Amino acid sequence: MNAMADSYVTEDGRTIGGVLMDLREITLRFGGVEAIKNISFDIREGEIRAIIGPNGAGKSSMLNVISGFYKPQEGEVYFRGALRPAMKPYQVARQGIARTFQNIALFEGMTVLDNIMTGRLNYMKAGIIKQAIWKGAAEREEIENRAHVERVIDFLDIQAIRKTPVGRLPYGLKKRVELARALAADPKLLLLDEPMAGMNVEEKEDMSRFILDVNDEFGTTIALIEHDMGVVMDLSDRVVVMDYGRKIGDGTPDEVRGNQEVIDAYLGVAHD
Amino acid sequence: MNADAHAGDITSVPKLLERNVALYGQRPAYREKEFGIWQSWTWSEAAKEIEALALGLLLLGVAKGDRVAIIGRNRPALYWSMVAVQRTGAIPVPLYQDAAAEEIAYALDNSGARFAIVGDQEQVDKIADVREDLPGLAHIIYHDGQGLRKYDHADMTSLADVQAKGRESGDKAKLKALTDALTYDDTCVMLYTSGTTGRPKGVVLSNRNVIETAKNTAGFDHLTEKEETLAYLPMAWVGDFIFSIGHAYWAGFCVNCPESADTMHADLREIGPTYFFAPPAIFEAHLTQVMIRMEDASRLKQKMFHYFMAQAKEVGPRILDGEPVGLWARLKYAVGDFLVYGPLKNRLGFSRVRVGYTAGEAIGPELFDFYRSLGINLKQLYGQTEATVFITQQPDGQVRSDTVGVPSPGVELKITDAGEVLYRSPGTFVEYYKNPESTASTKDPEGWVATGDAGFIDPKSGHLRIIDRIKDVSKMQDGALFAPKYVENKLKFFPNILEAVVFGAGKDRCCALINIDLTAVGNWAERNNIAYSSYQEISQHPKVLEIIKGHVNAVNETVAKDEMLAGCQIHRFMVLHKELDADDGEMTRTRKVRRAVIGDKYDDLVTALYDGSASVYTETEVTYEDGRKGKIKATLQACDASVIPVSPQKVAAE
Repeated sequence: MNAMADSYVTEDGRTIGGVLMDLREITLRFGGVEAIKNISFDIREGEIRAIIGPNGAGKSSMLNVISGFYKPQEGEVYFRGALRPAMKPYQVARQGIARTFQNIALFEGMTVLDNIMTGRLNYMKAGIIKQAIWKGAAEREEIENRAHVERVIDFLDIQAIRKTPVGRLPYGLKKRVELARALAADPKLLLLDEPMAGMNVEEKEDMSRFILDVNDEFGTTIALIEHDMGVVMDLSDRVVVMDYGRKIGDGTPDEVRGNQEVIDAYLGVAHD
Repeated sequence: MNADAHAGDITSVPKLLERNVALYGQRPAYREKEFGIWQSWTWSEAAKEIEALALGLLLLGVAKGDRVAIIGRNRPALYWSMVAVQRTGAIPVPLYQDAAAEEIAYALDNSGARFAIVGDQEQVDKIADVREDLPGLAHIIYHDGQGLRKYDHADMTSLADVQAKGRESGDKAKLKALTDALTYDDTCVMLYTSGTTGRPKGVVLSNRNVIETAKNTAGFDHLTEKEETLAYLPMAWVGDFIFSIGHAYWAGFCVNCPESADTMHADLREIGPTYFFAPPAIFEAHLTQVMIRMEDASRLKQKMFHYFMAQAKEVGPRILDGEPVGLWARLKYAVGDFLVYGPLKNRLGFSRVRVGYTAGEAIGPELFDFYRSLGINLKQLYGQTEATVFITQQPDGQVRSDTVGVPSPGVELKITDAGEVLYRSPGTFVEYYKNPESTASTKDPEGWVATGDAGFIDPKSGHLRIIDRIKDVSKMQDGALFAPKYVENKLKFFPNILEAVVFGAGKDRCCALINIDLTAVGNWAERNNIAYSSYQEISQHPKVLEIIKGHVNAVNETVAKDEMLAGCQIHRFMVLHKELDADDGEMTRTRKVRRAVIGDKYDDLVTALYDGSASVYTETEVTYEDGRKGKIKATLQACDASVIPVSPQKVAAE
């Protein structure tokens, strides 16, 4: 474990640091159903960690445990070396974790800009009275946060739809706006729930490029759930494989690819 | 005017910059929308940025006479680059930002460019692809560094860094000496023509060419320092150069750069330019959009629109021309302006247009009248890169859709016996770079340039009328005049038709290949519950063919009425299964059709049209934006159109 704690530099020049999030012996139950059975793995700073497995394996539940939405019955969550007490999701967000949702959870009636601004909520301190007065603290804050959001808009190249109500956008663009909102929060850890779902090859390439750029330019640690094996193998530094709530594989993409249990449960074999 | 007073010692664009700093130092010179807001620079601020950049370029080794390529979308930093390059005595060579790597390689090689200043990673990557074929290219400077962090910066620097070094250790005295040494006959810029035939040629324009033209034509339209323009046309194109540098520096007005190609319309509305130029395609696209959206509007709005537009058609152009119009008509027009034209102009971004020009292709008369009836002073001009744009332009009050105007101030015009238009002016180019044979065959020893266009002076108005490219104007089998563009333009007026190519030289009748406009036809298909999965599919739909046939018949009727060109009616046509595209070599980057290329590439279709076949199976090679190639296969129906019989006439083009 100690050897793993040291940071190292990857082939393409990125620095992977020490352990950022450590999940120890997590067990999650819903009544009689054990969604997660005694799973432990860690996520290192600056890496791209993929969580894969067949549907129903408990991947989204795992993400929900990380984001504080579910409280595991057993096990502990360590964030930046410290034990994380039971927290509400908004408190977890304040710690620097942001996520996207599999089925898009944007405000359909609001514009793209307003949606992304909601990602900055944790940085807005002015209360309702100050906001009503507007001039002074509230305006300054809004301008600062708007500047951050505009940088994210520029980064993801969505200037043209800034003022479009989200409900009118095609699926692929909605996903990009989701990503923008998560990025606007300046997270240390970004959780992506099936970012490639429903996309064609070109869109996947675009999204992959954005994910890599986010990791590269901002040093954001990324944990992603994904079914497209090509994407997973190309993008991630390490992979966790889940099946029926258990961890059946944990290692680099190559190690996991060769793991027999993973092959049997999920990957399958290529037929000539 | 103050501007004219200094005319004597203005021998270069940098000198104009100095003058503008003195006269208009605090007025905005450049604006750019970035991060959602308009950032602006005054003439003083712009001059400082340009100086820092020029000093940095000197440190990098840019020498007098060097060619420096400029590639990217319209951004103040790239306009500053052009002037900064000029300050050092070097020559800017702007290139098309959407050119493929090999086109750029050709231009870089042909011009012998030692340096390239580019907009972003896309351009850097393109040059990297062809770098080994360009041993003369010493250094690349980029503006937007996104994505470039990991690149090898051995011979690449960011523009900001170049400026920083310039500010730190630049040799101001040396720069001043180089700038002051620029003469009126030194090269101002080198622009590559779009090349409808053969390879592009580098047109060398001197300071005299640019400044004299800018001075004369700015005076023609009374341009002042208060104008606002939107710079959105390719920087490699002479039109953008004369408007955004020539006129802007001469008159001292502000050039606004949009945020991105996608946001151009929104940015146009926010700026509300007073001086606007657009190729006819943009006006057509706007009109199509308006018509499509009107079909979605409520019944009341539709009725209002049609009533007031009819009103506008009657009196609008006359009001604009300052002709006498009855009081009652004026009143109705005023109401129309409040209810319809005003909001419409606002939507299009044209509320403040005082002078609007179009050129490059003939514009359909109905299209032209539509804009003028709204009160937008849209005029035509005629020109070419070799003339520093202006050959003729229409004065206010004398605007007609079928002419291109009177000779621009300082321009002499001559029509040869064969009907070709010749001109001579202070804006006439110096030479084609490293191509004396072409220069000699285009420009005669007395400075007259053959435009390659066939035209005549309309006796009634004294305006020039252009018929077509002279090599395309020919005769049909029976001696009747064949001018394909004349018919093509009439076809293109219909929103459903994007492009048309008419064949008929030396033949007994004319046939056409037509491109449908996907926006308009797609919209119609949705409205009529017709499903389609590709351009190819919808282009061959029987109902779509019926619609196009209707348009062709309508055009045949009007063509039949023209004495000279009645022989050009279209007998048969095919709708193409793919859009003609510059990437496939079928059009130039300024969207002019390459007739010979199209005739060759689709010769099986043309043959089928002439031999009476009902349909033909064809496979067409396409080139994608990144250079890869693919194939499209389709079976095309040949359609017959109704032709109005006319007695054959033998006429000479006069």
